[in-house]
Amino acid sequence: MRIDSPQRLQELQKEYVAREKSFAKKVLVCCGPGCLASGAAQIVEEFKKLLKKKRIKKFSVEALKETGCHGLCQQGPLVVIEPKGIFYTKVKPKHVEEIIETSIRKDEVVTDLLYTDPKTGQTIERYADIDFYSRQHRIALRNLGKISQYDIRDYIAQGGYQALAKALTTMTPDEVVDEMTKSGLRGRGGAGFSTGRKWATCLKAKEQPHYVICNGDEGDPGAFMDRAIMEGDPHSVLEGMIICAYAIGSKDGYIYVREEYPLAVQNLQLAIDQANEYGLLGENILGNGFSFNIKVSRGGGAFVCGESSALMKSVAGEVGEPRAKYVRSVLKGLFDKPTVLNNVESLANVPVIISEGGEQFASLGTPKSTGTKAFSLVGKVCNTGLIEVPMGTTLREIIYDIGGGIQNDRPFKAVQTGGPSGGCLPESKINLPVDFDSLTEAGSMMGSGGMIVVDDRTCVVDLAKYFLSFLVEESCGKCTPCREGLYQLHRLAVKISEGEATEADLDKMEKLSEMIIIGSLCGLGKSGPNPFLSTIRYFRDEYLAHIKDKRCPAGVCRALIRYEVITDKCDGCMACISTCAVHAITGKKGEVHVIDQDKCDKCGACYAICTRHAIEVI
Amino acid sequence: MVHLTINGKVVQATEGEMLLAVIRREGIEIPALCHHEAVEPFGACRLCTVEITKEEWDGWSNFVTSCLYPVEDNLIVSTHSPTVIELRKTLIDLQLARSPNSPEIRQLAEEYGITKTSYEEIPEGDNCILCGLCTRICDQMGFAAISTVGRGHGKKVAPPLDEAPPDCVGCLACALNCPTNVIEFTDEGNIRTIWKKQFELITCTKCGKKTITKDFAKALSESRNIPMSYFEICDECHRKELAQTMGRIVSWSREAVS
Repeated sequence: MRIDSPQRLQELQKEYVAREKSFAKKVLVCCGPGCLASGAAQIVEEFKKLLKKKRIKKFSVEALKETGCHGLCQQGPLVVIEPKGIFYTKVKPKHVEEIIETSIRKDEVVTDLLYTDPKTGQTIERYADIDFYSRQHRIALRNLGKISQYDIRDYIAQGGYQALAKALTTMTPDEVVDEMTKSGLRGRGGAGFSTGRKWATCLKAKEQPHYVICNGDEGDPGAFMDRAIMEGDPHSVLEGMIICAYAIGSKDGYIYVREEYPLAVQNLQLAIDQANEYGLLGENILGNGFSFNIKVSRGGGAFVCGESSALMKSVAGEVGEPRAKYVRSVLKGLFDKPTVLNNVESLANVPVIISEGGEQFASLGTPKSTGTKAFSLVGKVCNTGLIEVPMGTTLREIIYDIGGGIQNDRPFKAVQTGGPSGGCLPESKINLPVDFDSLTEAGSMMGSGGMIVVDDRTCVVDLAKYFLSFLVEESCGKCTPCREGLYQLHRLAVKISEGEATEADLDKMEKLSEMIIIGSLCGLGKSGPNPFLSTIRYFRDEYLAHIKDKRCPAGVCRALIRYEVITDKCDGCMACISTCAVHAITGKKGEVHVIDQDKCDKCGACYAICTRHAIEVI
Repeated sequence: MVHLTINGKVVQATEGEMLLAVIRREGIEIPALCHHEAVEPFGACRLCTVEITKEEWDGWSNFVTSCLYPVEDNLIVSTHSPTVIELRKTLIDLQLARSPNSPEIRQLAEEYGITKTSYEEIPEGDNCILCGLCTRICDQMGFAAISTVGRGHGKKVAPPLDEAPPDCVGCLACALNCPTNVIEFTDEGNIRTIWKKQFELITCTKCGKKTITKDFAKALSESRNIPMSYFEICDECHRKELAQTMGRIVSWSREAVS
């Protein structure tokens, strides 16, 4: 079926809204990355099987939907019963029958599966009433968890492709670009360059053809915002791209998706096929004469290919190495032609900006960082998951109000924002508003939106070591400062964690970092020393404890710690003895156990298994 | 024409020219290991980094690789500012940690007052500095027989699958242009061995000297439309032949005049 005019699109929207309303109840099973990993696919199967068997009156099987990431991954797998919005957590296939009988056949609630507020201990029925959700403001993630990730009809029912129709029929390319400029949207991939300005430069570029690329090479450890959007709401990305193509005069676009996201590739391809079938992509879009095609290009799994020039080389089939951008890629990009490269989240915001106006978007957030930003909130926080908040929301609100604070009531130590090349912010920065400029000023960066919260049991030297080793591995190896410099920086961090370093090594690391920053070719190298620089800025004492006192205050660096049995707490249960892989613990039942320090390899298994907390880290 | 200042001296340059070319024309020595006039500038070794600024930049300056930076009017360039020297030293020091036994790198290090690396020597390091000149020259020759493989610290130059490269013709462009002379090859009898692959060398039918490999001759013959017979004699004998022909023409014309 081809939609040949904007009027036809509106009719279809009405038809699909009516279809949604005809479902007395809907079952939404979250099939985001987190829930899938904890068994959402089996839950869907179980629902399909039982619903077929039970044949419930007034319940259509079509009202069972597999949605994208709902957000609260910590509590997954999640199942939502609409229209009430009843929110079931940690659902297992064995619960499915009870959910069907209680909440679908009848109008009741399975209390055991409800969310319990960690602060009050009360169960909460509807997800909208949970702090995690009620304090968010969703634009880029607007449809996630609400619509089927496979069905264009759901997207159209939500008002999808109306922004495209508006742009094509009532706006000139210049007006679209103006609207984007008014919105103040800054690139959500990390650098924060003005999207409107980028589009304007490309629109004016004389050389032809122009290209649109969507950067879906999200590589930061712990980040999954773009993945969730590509998998759960692929049409919002397509619509953003088509509007961009119209604005800059492009006929061909690419979505570059990393190798590790097969489901994103599959869902995007499905969405592209559907959009083509509906006449929303391809030739003569919406009967308006404008044509645009999108191809999915798969990466090879290299972090550096998220860098614009490396990405474009990879799309063109060359080795994914960055080039010096003394001429910007917006003028000389893919195949050396003018190219707009936007991140997934940036593009998902575009339809909303066009529909509701740039000023409306700019009224959210801060004057210099407008709108909202999606974050993947992970680490030692109670409610890990996918969130979206207005720019300028403080770290405290994100970590404590939405994230529910630190797990097991441990003290908050730091939060790593901006992925491996971002930075680590300490407790003194907890009231920092999260926006591009505040984060940069504090020595970190926005990055793509990964937020890793750590508690007092994380050692910052170890953290810096981890991120540096990631960057050493992921450096493309083209330029010397990044390839060799980060390697040496990592070696020095290892030296510190082993208690072998001197204070002179710290100075050496600081000098080397400075040289890597000015000497490196691309953003990866230039921000590569950040894991070290931001931790040394805020946690110098902890570094010095490793160097001077040969002590790891967090009890993590193996060379500097030892495990001891607290004699008056040990009841001789032998649990630690049986778990020790190197047979370093001896003792009889009922007697205090002893750890042989020469044999112990400090894996921490005994510490983890002891229910009486009779083992301590020194 | 573009006017810019290099180390305090105003110089002229043509639009589109890269800074490095202008700097070298002025007789200023700066190292650039990955640079070669025959291929596009690459910016991998970073040794040719210079500090640039402009009066209107209000004291702000930037560090750019001169091999890649096109000249601009009113640009003020320092090729040996304290930070540039520090960066260059750091880069050489880092490279020395990877290639402690390379005579070329050691000599460069000595020029900058470094006798031993201040970093940890890399156990698996060798004399390859990963500048990628060999692979780029091979691409430019039209063969693309070798490439850089892998990434980050484990990157290396290799033929596909580390086997004898099917597209290599044994032209030696890679080996002869390597700044640290790390690509090994041997010519024994009429057999040349490079990248674990053997090639037959053509013997000049006139003087008996070994010339280029048969595969290279074939590739040149095909790509440039030269008959294979041209490669049967060596360049030197070709020149001799040409000189003799010229000599004959000259004597004929003399005869004709007289």
